[in-house]
Amino acid sequence: MSDALAAHGAHGHAHHPAQQHHFDTLDQQHEAATLGMWLFLITEVLFFGGLFLAYMLYRVWYPAAWSEASLELNVVLGGVNTAVLIASSLTMAMAVRGAQTGLRRATMGWLVLTMVFGLTFLVIKYFEYAEKIEHHHVPGPTFAFPGPNAGPAEIYFSLYFLMTGLHATHMVIGFGILSVILWMAYKNRFSPEWYTPVEISGLYWHFVDIVWIFLFPLLYLVDRAHHFA
Amino acid sequence: MDTTVTAPRVTYLNHEHTLASWLLTKDHKRIGILYMIVVTFAFFLGGIFASLIRLELTTPAGDLLSADTYNKMFTMHGVAMVFFVLIPAVPAILGNFVLPLMLGAKDVAFPKLNLISWYLFTIGFLFTVYALVAGGVDTGWTFYTPYSSRASNTNVMATGLGVFITGFSSILTGLNFMVTIHRMRAPGLTWFRLPLFVWAVYSTALVMILGTPVIAITVLALAIERFLHFGIFDAALGGDPVLFQHMFWFYSHPAVYIMILPPMGAISEVIAAFSRKSIFGYAFVAFSSLAIAIFGFLVWAHHMFVSGISVYSALVFSFLTYAVAIPSAVKTFNWAATMYRGAIWLKAPMIWAIGFLGLFLVGGLTGLFTAALGVDVHLHDTYFVVAHFHYIMVGGAIMGYFAGLHFWWPKITGRMYSDIWAKVAAIIVFTGFNLTFGPQFIVGYLGMPRRYYAYPEEFQVLNVLSSAGASILGLGYTLIAIYLVASLFKGERVGANPWHATGLEWTTQSPPLPHNFEKQPVVTEDAYEYTKREIKVV
Repeated sequence: MSDALAAHGAHGHAHHPAQQHHFDTLDQQHEAATLGMWLFLITEVLFFGGLFLAYMLYRVWYPAAWSEASLELNVVLGGVNTAVLIASSLTMAMAVRGAQTGLRRATMGWLVLTMVFGLTFLVIKYFEYAEKIEHHHVPGPTFAFPGPNAGPAEIYFSLYFLMTGLHATHMVIGFGILSVILWMAYKNRFSPEWYTPVEISGLYWHFVDIVWIFLFPLLYLVDRAHHFA
Repeated sequence: MDTTVTAPRVTYLNHEHTLASWLLTKDHKRIGILYMIVVTFAFFLGGIFASLIRLELTTPAGDLLSADTYNKMFTMHGVAMVFFVLIPAVPAILGNFVLPLMLGAKDVAFPKLNLISWYLFTIGFLFTVYALVAGGVDTGWTFYTPYSSRASNTNVMATGLGVFITGFSSILTGLNFMVTIHRMRAPGLTWFRLPLFVWAVYSTALVMILGTPVIAITVLALAIERFLHFGIFDAALGGDPVLFQHMFWFYSHPAVYIMILPPMGAISEVIAAFSRKSIFGYAFVAFSSLAIAIFGFLVWAHHMFVSGISVYSALVFSFLTYAVAIPSAVKTFNWAATMYRGAIWLKAPMIWAIGFLGLFLVGGLTGLFTAALGVDVHLHDTYFVVAHFHYIMVGGAIMGYFAGLHFWWPKITGRMYSDIWAKVAAIIVFTGFNLTFGPQFIVGYLGMPRRYYAYPEEFQVLNVLSSAGASILGLGYTLIAIYLVASLFKGERVGANPWHATGLEWTTQSPPLPHNFEKQPVVTEDAYEYTKREIKVV
């Protein structure tokens, strides 16, 4: 490190401590990191995309089963969770803004709030899963569903658990990432010149929220209006 | 060539010596070599399975292996070769080594991620090796349901997990390369001054990023179905096994272009360098790579013409498959046009490249036969298809890999291998390859199905020819290993640019410095300005 600093000194300008040796400028490093995260999110879209494809196919094939199975979901808990996640996206955006403007305490506060919302989501999801287990809606040997549509309904619940489970896994990973970011903010690593980690973690967090924005209507609101009318 | 080359004092190879300096390296060049070690091992493993398959097929009766063992052999051969040799060979080995050098960069954009990719790759490979040791897997490398979900008792999970983990290595490598090409180019290195290998790697990265996540989720869904008894593809619940095929081929057909595009890039470098000419139609070759990557995503269902898909979608997929032949043909014609009236210099890499052209041509044209709907019904799941894709994957991708490896070997090691032995090996491989897979076109056309361990007696002559060819092929590959390893100790030391080639990778010492260049290179000319160079070819 001291060698590197000496070499940089010879060039006549000091480098930001966050700058890695293989980048020429901090800007270049920032652009590389954000582009990398956007590309990663594209891979995530395709990752979830496979399940959305399966969902579409079977929904077209089995509309009745989809409607019946969807009515078994708890729309209130799902709705609350949607609100919680949208709120967490706002607090995440505020955290990025805080880092951008160099407000360390505000950044940390918004990050903590974001994590609290994330945790709330997971706790509510836990209660929803518990309810499904209780009602024998977990696919496999114990699965039970009344009526002639039991087979396709089992596919519905397979997709429900796969999609929401994958989403929840992403939430847990996001929680871990934000813990690291919080620690870095606590150590005063960010400044208006260098806040890239906060920004790209934010991109990830928003992406996970957006996935839920699609999952909620697709899974919870199938034919719901018809049954309320 | 200057005869008294002294070894450079500090290189990426000798500046650190400990095992940890290799296993924890963030240097793209060392990571390229780490990949080379694992891939070579996988190639050896896949080769053993292939030998056993060919040995079994020398006689019509199933006498050497049991039917179950035979199923495991072709499955493990496919898994090892596709996921652990063909997909990583050129991008992860040669791409890692030369891409940042070609761009005039100190490293890839995310060096730590690059190392993590190698670890993921190796862990994935170990899972697959574990599956092998624990009794093998017999679903075919395509893992079709319900073979892989309900009907199989073999180690589908461990193999699937291996493929899943390796998939992430591929995704992260693609992401890393794409960001590197966007953000790490030297001053003056505009998009249309890039060597065509970079365009090929860029197109490959696109396929890795868009395709690989789909196989990952498919394998994950399969794993959940198998282990937790969920139903996604389960026909007993009303699910659709053909959906698995769609999702599998949505990645696995584009994966063919992950295998073939980077070797095509290497071929462009070699053909230009050894024809001492600028590549004919640079922009066409560059954009044909992108076109192949994009069209490649729209042809997957041509693997499923007999899986019960609708006639109309089969028509569309057949048409689109023909369309993807156009950019491939553009490349082939442009390489031929580059050689035309060039000053051809027949060194070993060029021999490999010419071999590539011949074999790829056959592989590509027979691909059109199988793309034709009516013909495919006759040829589907016969040895004709086996021969076709080996001409692409071995004749194309592996020949291209060796062309690139022989081209960049002096840069990687600082030493030159025996040119004459390299030429002999190229000719042996070319001959052995044609003898192995040529007869399979005929035996397939006559109706011999793939994936059977026994066959009617009238097919024996062609099968014996094929097995004989395989042993010649094996001899050729062994020869490569011998003279390349020998060159590490006895090879003549080379200077920065033994081929007098263009491209930034040839402007730094061989082997390169730990951080590639003494000072930031600046590019002032187009790629392949061979005609401007005054060189005397030895």
